[in-house]
Amino acid sequence: MQTHQAKRVAIIIEQVMQSRLTSALEEAGVTGFTILPVLGGSGRSGAWSREGQVSRGTGMVQVVCIIRPERLDEMLEAAFAVVERHIGVVTVSDCEVLRAERF
Amino acid sequence: MQDILSLAATNLLSPIILSFALGVAAALARSDLNIPEAVAKGMSIYLLFAIGFKGGVSVADHGIDGTLALSLLAGVALSAVLPLIAFALLQVLGNLSRLDAAAVAAHYGSISIVTFVAGTSVLEASGITSEGYMVAVAAAMEAPAILSALWLVSRGGDSRRMDPELLREIMLNGSIVLLVGSFVIGWVTGVDGLVKIEAFIVSPFQGVLCLFLLDMGLVAGRGLRGGSGVLRPGVLAFGMVMPLVGATLGLATGLLLGLSTGGVALFMVLSASASYIAVPAAMRVALPEANPSIYLTLSLGVTFPFNLTIGLPVYVAVASALTGG
Repeated sequence: MQTHQAKRVAIIIEQVMQSRLTSALEEAGVTGFTILPVLGGSGRSGAWSREGQVSRGTGMVQVVCIIRPERLDEMLEAAFAVVERHIGVVTVSDCEVLRAERF
Repeated sequence: MQDILSLAATNLLSPIILSFALGVAAALARSDLNIPEAVAKGMSIYLLFAIGFKGGVSVADHGIDGTLALSLLAGVALSAVLPLIAFALLQVLGNLSRLDAAAVAAHYGSISIVTFVAGTSVLEASGITSEGYMVAVAAAMEAPAILSALWLVSRGGDSRRMDPELLREIMLNGSIVLLVGSFVIGWVTGVDGLVKIEAFIVSPFQGVLCLFLLDMGLVAGRGLRGGSGVLRPGVLAFGMVMPLVGATLGLATGLLLGLSTGGVALFMVLSASASYIAVPAAMRVALPEANPSIYLTLSLGVTFPFNLTIGLPVYVAVASALTGG
């Protein structure tokens, strides 16, 4: 089956920043993304778990979007403007998609 | 003094306080006791609706007097001023950076709605009535502290602005909308409305509050366990001294306004409590460099348990003694 090269950008960020990030992505022309809840983890800011959190200020989410390689830089610049000062992880990886016209 | 100690001891041994203590003990003992997230969320919605509705009914039943507007204004002023005092106190007791101190200060100007709900429950159990509009005062005290904290940061040369989206999120956060909305519904429908849903929002209230505080105890205990190494002794002391400072200011405000015993006690509770829902979220957006471990551990792991176990009984007892209630 024919596949097409694409970039998969996964951004783990605090839940309070979610709407700001997705707005920035949309303004940068990203038309699709998926938001996943993060159950817990550990990093420079210490360990935390979703269990028992009373404040959405302490929750994390992962925003995943798949885009064409030529649009990566523009998208990362928009995302970085939002996440720069915040706790989180941004990763970029190669992937392949079946229907290139959707991205 | 004997009466104050007696009332304090009675409140301390109430089911809600003991449920909270059970939660803290279970978390510290690393028990796997857990309240599912959705259940806890459902209980908080129930409690906020019930407390708002009953406050509205009380206003409809007793009518509004001139102290409503004054109480709201006083609440806003207290919320704005308390962070300045907290910030100054932190300069003496703690050795925090300006950002961390301002973030912590914001929490102590704002309020904990769960502490407020527990306070109204303790008052009801003691047969002490309060002004129904204190619910609206609680809602009004959520946000001003955040502006004060940003001002404190900007005085250090680091200019931070409150973006309109953040302001909207704070003013329209779910707790405030539900609390004020149910207050208005209670006010509009009055006692007739209460009669229709009394079996749902009055009788089960104490039991639901027990389970909710059991969950809060678990959360506070986990926070205390995880964050115990984060707080220096001076900052830890601040978590117990600041509620008493706030309560004293709340006491003076309530007495100046001429509120009832219950109203004075609730002003003390509101001024003594520290936010752990609305303000942490706002701080993560406005001051992301501030360390959340410090302000969350302080407000949720130190001040919340302190207020619930020691503060509430003392505030009610002191308000009763000074108002002759």
